[in-house]
Amino acid sequence: MLSKYYPLVAIAIIAIVTWMLRFVPFLLFIGRKTPKAIEYLGRVLPGAIMTMLVVYCLRSTDICGTGHGIAELVSCVIIVVLQKWRKNTLLSIVTGTVCYMLLIRII
Amino acid sequence: MASLPVMAGYLVLGTGFGMLLASKGYGVFTSLAMSVFIYAGSMQFVAVDLIANSASLIAVALTTVMVNARHLFYGISMIDKYKNVGKGKPYMIFALTDETYSLVCADNDMNSREYSNYCLYVSVFNHFYWITGSVLGVLIGMILPFDVTGIDFALTALFLTVATKQWTETKDHMPAIIGAASSLLCLFIFGKDNFLIPTMIIMIIALYVLRLLRGDKDA
Repeated sequence: MLSKYYPLVAIAIIAIVTWMLRFVPFLLFIGRKTPKAIEYLGRVLPGAIMTMLVVYCLRSTDICGTGHGIAELVSCVIIVVLQKWRKNTLLSIVTGTVCYMLLIRII
Repeated sequence: MASLPVMAGYLVLGTGFGMLLASKGYGVFTSLAMSVFIYAGSMQFVAVDLIANSASLIAVALTTVMVNARHLFYGISMIDKYKNVGKGKPYMIFALTDETYSLVCADNDMNSREYSNYCLYVSVFNHFYWITGSVLGVLIGMILPFDVTGIDFALTALFLTVATKQWTETKDHMPAIIGAASSLLCLFIFGKDNFLIPTMIIMIIALYVLRLLRGDKDA
């Protein structure tokens, strides 16, 4: 049986692993000039990571299941169009999320 | 500050997290501990599931590495930008979440002092909003238990919004295309539970190949 401290221990582990991942790159190049190759990575990664995260978030979308991912698709299209049109981050996020929550209840 | 309306989005996301946590029977204390010390949006959503299902501690650690390995990337791309940000640096590195990263990674025309202050404020405010939201969410969830299924889509919405913004603001779309292509490829090959790490490896290789093809050593 798990002890009553299980959630606390789990939280501590998650926190420590997350901290390590965040600090390692900075500790690796401490006091040294950042190599050109790493500098290059630093410049191109932001664009690549963001699309990867979108795919990561949508990874569980089941195109063959009920709904066929229509809620995801429609919400994503709305977000992109809204962002291009109004350029208001908060508006895009809130509208997209509300739209998704409504759609998964209807479809 | 120009980014204040953006941060309100994290209040919404934090509230969603708190409500999810409350729906699994956890209280304010758990929520507070997670948001103060872990402070990683998507991982906390995943953590709720892990803890509610009593996952083994090894599985907890490994899942954290998988889900949060992208923070290595954030670090790499911020090494130079955070070089001279002053005393707050350790805190700012700790607070380099997806959300904060998406606000501080963009090129800008601020001088280094303005930029340091901007990043510190973004870090502190985001953390504060996240904590407030997650506590508020638990309280709302306890008082008005209503169905929050789908609220985690806020995270998808955030990333997609930032990706759209980046796409609009840059002429070089190759990194974004490489990111999308390598993650889709790995998703199909490795499946949804194991594709993040292969994606990152292939992405880095592809980005270096791109650099070679373009031949500009300084770029």
